Amino acid sequence: MTAVRKVGATLLAPVLAVAIALVISAVVMVAIGVDPFRALDVMVDFGDSPTQQVTAIVVVLNRAVPLFLAGLAVAVAFRMGLFNIGVEGQYRLATVLAAGAGAAISLPGPLHLVAIIVVAMLVGAVWAGIVAVLKVTRGVSEVISSIMLNFIALGLASFLLTGPLRGSEPGASIITTKDIPESGWFPSLNGLFDALGLANPPRQLYGFLLVAVLVGVVVAVLLKRTRFGFDLRATGLSASAASASGVDAKRMVITTMLISGAIAGLIGLPDLLGSDHNYGTEFTSGLGFLGIAVALLGRNNPVGIALAALLFAFLDRAAVPLQIAGIPSSVVTIIQGTIVLAVVIANEVARRIARRQAESGGAVAAPPAGDGSSPGPGSAPATGPALTNATGAAGRTDPTGSAQ
Amino acid sequence: MKLAALAIAGSLALAACASDETGSGGGSGSGASGGSEDGPKIGLAYDTGGRGDKSFNDSAYAGVEAAIEANGGEVQELSPNADASNRADLLTQLADDGYNPIIAVGFNYADVIGDVAEQYPDTQFAIVDGTGVDVGADNVTGLQFAANQGSFLGGVAAATKSETGNVGFVGGVQSPLIESFEAGFTAGAKAVKPDITVQVQYISPAGDFSGFNDPARGQIVAQGMYDAGADIVYAAAGGSGIGVFQAAAASGKRAIGVDSDQYETVGDPALQAVIMTSVLKRVDNAVEAYIGSFVDGSVQGGQDVVNDLSTEGVGLSYSGGFIDDIKSTIDDYTQQIVDGEITVPETPSN
Repeated sequence: MTAVRKVGATLLAPVLAVAIALVISAVVMVAIGVDPFRALDVMVDFGDSPTQQVTAIVVVLNRAVPLFLAGLAVAVAFRMGLFNIGVEGQYRLATVLAAGAGAAISLPGPLHLVAIIVVAMLVGAVWAGIVAVLKVTRGVSEVISSIMLNFIALGLASFLLTGPLRGSEPGASIITTKDIPESGWFPSLNGLFDALGLANPPRQLYGFLLVAVLVGVVVAVLLKRTRFGFDLRATGLSASAASASGVDAKRMVITTMLISGAIAGLIGLPDLLGSDHNYGTEFTSGLGFLGIAVALLGRNNPVGIALAALLFAFLDRAAVPLQIAGIPSSVVTIIQGTIVLAVVIANEVARRIARRQAESGGAVAAPPAGDGSSPGPGSAPATGPALTNATGAAGRTDPTGSAQ
Repeated sequence: MKLAALAIAGSLALAACASDETGSGGGSGSGASGGSEDGPKIGLAYDTGGRGDKSFNDSAYAGVEAAIEANGGEVQELSPNADASNRADLLTQLADDGYNPIIAVGFNYADVIGDVAEQYPDTQFAIVDGTGVDVGADNVTGLQFAANQGSFLGGVAAATKSETGNVGFVGGVQSPLIESFEAGFTAGAKAVKPDITVQVQYISPAGDFSGFNDPARGQIVAQGMYDAGADIVYAAAGGSGIGVFQAAAASGKRAIGVDSDQYETVGDPALQAVIMTSVLKRVDNAVEAYIGSFVDGSVQGGQDVVNDLSTEGVGLSYSGGFIDDIKSTIDDYTQQIVDGEITVPETPSN
């Protein structure tokens, strides 16, 4: 019973937000003379032939993988009340250096891949680490420093690409790094379609999907089942209470940002290792900012982020068939924008309702009291019923005891 | 603090989504148009900037329109998503739906067009500003432009008309393509006045394509040049060029447009008055000619069509009559380039 209520409470806000966003989008569509039901019809139509349908699924999954990693990178920091807006710069810099390193070294298959992944994670972590060090030593807000470091990272990535790591011939219209040799390519999962008896499309399903799933599981376990995860969430709920109970706040800030940056370093790798095999001027940008929206929609929960990433990827794919059907693809932009807005509002409303319930219920109402006592006048995205319930009432009432 | 942070992040996230708005600004007009049964079904895939950029993409559309008028047929336009990560999907979708020929607008398609063309050997592809050689398929035609030659004439016009001996170049993104504009412009200006000062600045570095669509930063960069003594600034910056024109109007100076005749397309009398000339890149002519040869059945694929001064694929516009008096000088340099007496560099000398 309580489990059902927990799940219900967790899902209610985002599902409601998506529903409200769809209604608003439908109203906008009617206003611009588009039949919303026809638009919906086009969006869920994956094509007639089996190959087209599987291709559409591959397109959605391939797009969802980097979005999921971006959302995860943002969410890890969010859960501690840290706002890592620097994911964009972290992944761009990590990808260009990983591409350079991957092309420069030559190792047997799996080792080559591991080396590239490690380089990307290290670069992302170091870049995010700068933010953390600035925060704990000089008190610089991570919001400001991570935005500023984005610009530096983009400039640096551009310098590396056009200078030391340039691999394309002079005069080529797209500047790229040298191609990573084939031992550094991540094998695709297309064999899976044969095994399942489905059509095997020419488009390759990124093998990096497996790494993303693994990272998601690791993050979920880390947050929910470890001492570190408990400290992290406790600090996010109330930094002062956490430090009173013996959590080293400075160390937590640095560790969390390093983890967030390391995950951010992975964002570019699905494309890099799965299809492009080099980093170039046309490499997909903006994923770090989309990650913020995905993390908000997924309520900073790994499963939620996966669903949010799939939703965004599904909407992105729909942009092409919508244009074929003569419907402006801005419909997708409108839906995505209203979803993000609706989610931010829904989270805040859910938090206030929970607090009011707790205040009126007083000491008697045990499980909701956990929600209500969430202190943060502001740590809106970081707090939520799921989080507090998972922490448990004991953690709230007796932080000292459980933190020891 | 946290609330402010949330607001910032929200706006960033929205901006990331919203940039598609500009990307497909004119895309609302998309959809199949025309309708002749026998003519070609033309697929047109834009790059970031999309329809309505009053420049490059619109010029490609004008070429398709003209071709449809001549040969019949229909066109399906597609714009990419905000981060243009779905370029391959656009081409695949068009080929899947039986569009042939398919024209990809912009060199960014170079990375994906080979793979898609390989999967659809019976479809003809063309890439504007890209190459059809060595892409791994023999059904791709590159439509290229000697942008450096057109920009050379722009430099000649700027240097001849400049009173301060100081001109400027605003590049959108520091990519090899735009650097060839810079190389031509600088060479042209120095050919007229060897001691002229040419200020050069790019809005965004390589890999960051925001510079093609950021009028605000275009205005700041150009204003800096006017303040530093330039009286004519050449805007090779796509949609950011409008900011350069605004800076010119605010300072009472002049500017040079790019790609299409921006005097005609800018749509604001105050800005019209500052656009001395535009360095034309006749994407429309190239696209129209390509479709024409497709209809004739003479398209070969696996090769490049270079449009330069000799084929009038590039040149200057004379709208507004600001440079009518120096036409003979321009024609003189044009002839020298066509005859090979002047070789215009393709990369900046520094």
